[in-house]
Amino acid sequence: MLAKKFMSFRKKHLRRQKNKMMISNLTKKRVHDYLLEGKREGRGLLDYREIEIELGVSKNAEGSARVKVGKTEVVAGVKLDVTEPYTDHEDEGTLITTLELLPLSSPRFEAGPPKIEAIEIARIVDREVRESKFIDFKKLCIKKGEKVWGIFLDIFSINDDGNLLDAAGIAAVAALRNAKMPKYDEKEDKVEYGELTNKGMPLNKETPIILTFHKIGNKIFIDPGQEEEKASEGRISFGFLDGNINACQKGNDAPLKLEELSEILETAEKKAEEMTEKIDKAIEKALKARENRK
Amino acid sequence: MSEEREKVIPGEILETGEDWLPGEGTRRDGKNIVASRFGLKEIQNRLVKIIPLSGVYIPRRGNLVIGVVTDINFSGWNMDINAPYTSFLPLAECPRFFNKEDLAEYFDIGDMVVCKVKAVKRKGVDLSLKSIGLGKIEDGMIVYINSNKVPRVIGKEGSMIKIIKDATKCDIVVGQNGVVWIKGKTAENEMLAKETILFITGKSYLSGLTEKVQEFLSKKFGEKK
Amino acid sequence: MAYTKRFDGRKFDETRDIKAEVGIIPNADGSAMFAFGDTVAVAAVYGPKIMHPQHSQDPKKGTLRVTYDMLSFSVPERKKPGPSRRSQEISKVTEWALSPVVNLDEFPNTVVDVHIMIFQANASTRCAGINAAAIALAHAGVPMSDLVSSVSVGKMDETIVVDVIKEEEDYEEGEGATDIATAFTSNSGKLTLLQLDGKISPKKLDEAVEKARDACKKIYELQKKTLKEAKE
Repeated sequence: MLAKKFMSFRKKHLRRQKNKMMISNLTKKRVHDYLLEGKREGRGLLDYREIEIELGVSKNAEGSARVKVGKTEVVAGVKLDVTEPYTDHEDEGTLITTLELLPLSSPRFEAGPPKIEAIEIARIVDREVRESKFIDFKKLCIKKGEKVWGIFLDIFSINDDGNLLDAAGIAAVAALRNAKMPKYDEKEDKVEYGELTNKGMPLNKETPIILTFHKIGNKIFIDPGQEEEKASEGRISFGFLDGNINACQKGNDAPLKLEELSEILETAEKKAEEMTEKIDKAIEKALKARENRK
Repeated sequence: MSEEREKVIPGEILETGEDWLPGEGTRRDGKNIVASRFGLKEIQNRLVKIIPLSGVYIPRRGNLVIGVVTDINFSGWNMDINAPYTSFLPLAECPRFFNKEDLAEYFDIGDMVVCKVKAVKRKGVDLSLKSIGLGKIEDGMIVYINSNKVPRVIGKEGSMIKIIKDATKCDIVVGQNGVVWIKGKTAENEMLAKETILFITGKSYLSGLTEKVQEFLSKKFGEKK
Repeated sequence: MAYTKRFDGRKFDETRDIKAEVGIIPNADGSAMFAFGDTVAVAAVYGPKIMHPQHSQDPKKGTLRVTYDMLSFSVPERKKPGPSRRSQEISKVTEWALSPVVNLDEFPNTVVDVHIMIFQANASTRCAGINAAAIALAHAGVPMSDLVSSVSVGKMDETIVVDVIKEEEDYEEGEGATDIATAFTSNSGKLTLLQLDGKISPKKLDEAVEKARDACKKIYELQKKTLKEAKE
């Protein structure tokens, strides 16, 4: 009732309170107290904000996606190139995942090479995509030992309102689902950028997802907004595909009790199923919208 | 008047003629009065000025502001008042009983303090605690709004903020720097006050705002039943 | 063969479809998108705010600082993330293009950061960036005397065209393509950006700049409309 009205109200007003001041003890305490009481504006502790996915947002990319989780926005793009394989994986394509936290997305990001925050997110996303076997790298082999497809998966933050990691995970997957292989002239050894085939990338039909659980006091919550993220004491992220965990990362310094871990794992299993379905539906919807735009 | 005020952009000619006077946010360019920033055009007799819709908070002497302590030294507290100026609250501007040995005991880093702007100098802003109702904020919630919307949230002679206070039974202090403190008996009341304030800031250019706010509040109370 | 018909069928003095939107990045003090057809630029403005490091501060007035860059996948051949020398040069000329209209006298020791990102590139990216940045600066409430409008013009063999696309940049017939980037203060029409590469006579350059000035009038109308229709 009241919660529902909060949600629809949120949608109507794009430009809302911005806090660029140093976070006060009061706000930390308030966020802390609210979360401890299980209170949150417009949603529960284990609810994600609204997720929006748009595909094919950048024409020169072989695949691209824009993802919004609440007001957090990220874009991801897939670029393909023909390259030499690694010597210990002679018949497999390659993947390089990067993430930049752009200064335009938040006053707290400075220009310069990626700092540890960006590096960590990129590596976790890369780990999940790889370990879940979402991409069939063997199908990206053109000539064993000589030529394979190399994937560049580049992710950029556009607006930071918390939980960039989970949003980046969704964007990466959506961009890969949107991607089409470009034409490759084998004789000339030249990729015809701008000329896409109808062939998508060799992907698992199951979708990987990254869920990050945060802890404050003894309360567990997910998908924090900016202030909640600042107040969070510890986090642990899990990458899931089809009910199995392929990657895990505990971050920040609050220690985790074993009972807390068990509780999180139980929740994570259910949440992963729920969110994977949501994301699959959103991607499908976006794919249809893309078709209609053509 | 019931029309919305006109939005104007920098460089736009607002009025032409020697009779007009350039007010805040405007300048004279030959015969024309031209806008120097983005905002709403406002005419008061012969004065043409701009009501800003955006832009940083510019402190003025006498402003009530709510700031965060960022650092402590032997003579006072460095504060962040969300303005592009360094701001300092000197011990000398605090009540006499403050003990200079225990600065952190009164206000520690991260604490929020309601204070007044004593002076705005080129080197920074001087704050003061020498007035009634100022001091550290212990409880309640903070809402951040664009400082340009503060007049609308307060209303003529405080009329708008009074409506919100009465309806939500909350204590509310609106800092001129766009920081608003709300303290209510329940979290729900505080959240309602916050939503109402954000409702106003989203609609600040419409006239008849008072009626719209009263409508908004009665709808919310109606839902609660 | 003279360039008698444009690759995309436009008239010589016609720009591509232009689009603009304001307020697209909630965290920014001001933000805008500007597009020339397929070329899409996004600009976000933060400031005025105290400038760090302290030794960079100007005690007389605030500083305008511009960064221009492109998303790695905005171009056909992937661009490695991170600013290149080209990005750094464009950042600087963009700053020079915008600073004549920005007035930071009342904000000593501060900086206004303008971040421009190209989402999709089909030539004329710096021009789209300047148009987006001008809207974003106004949106952020930064004191300005005017807006700045920018467009590219080209000489294709001997024909002057407005709003150059990549195919035209790569044109090699006859005298080839000369690519010219321009920007003007919107109302007073003063030149704040001029860069070119190719081969062009001084007289033709004069002619080309005039055509650019004319095209910028339409761009200004869109920038103005976008700001006036901003939701907040």
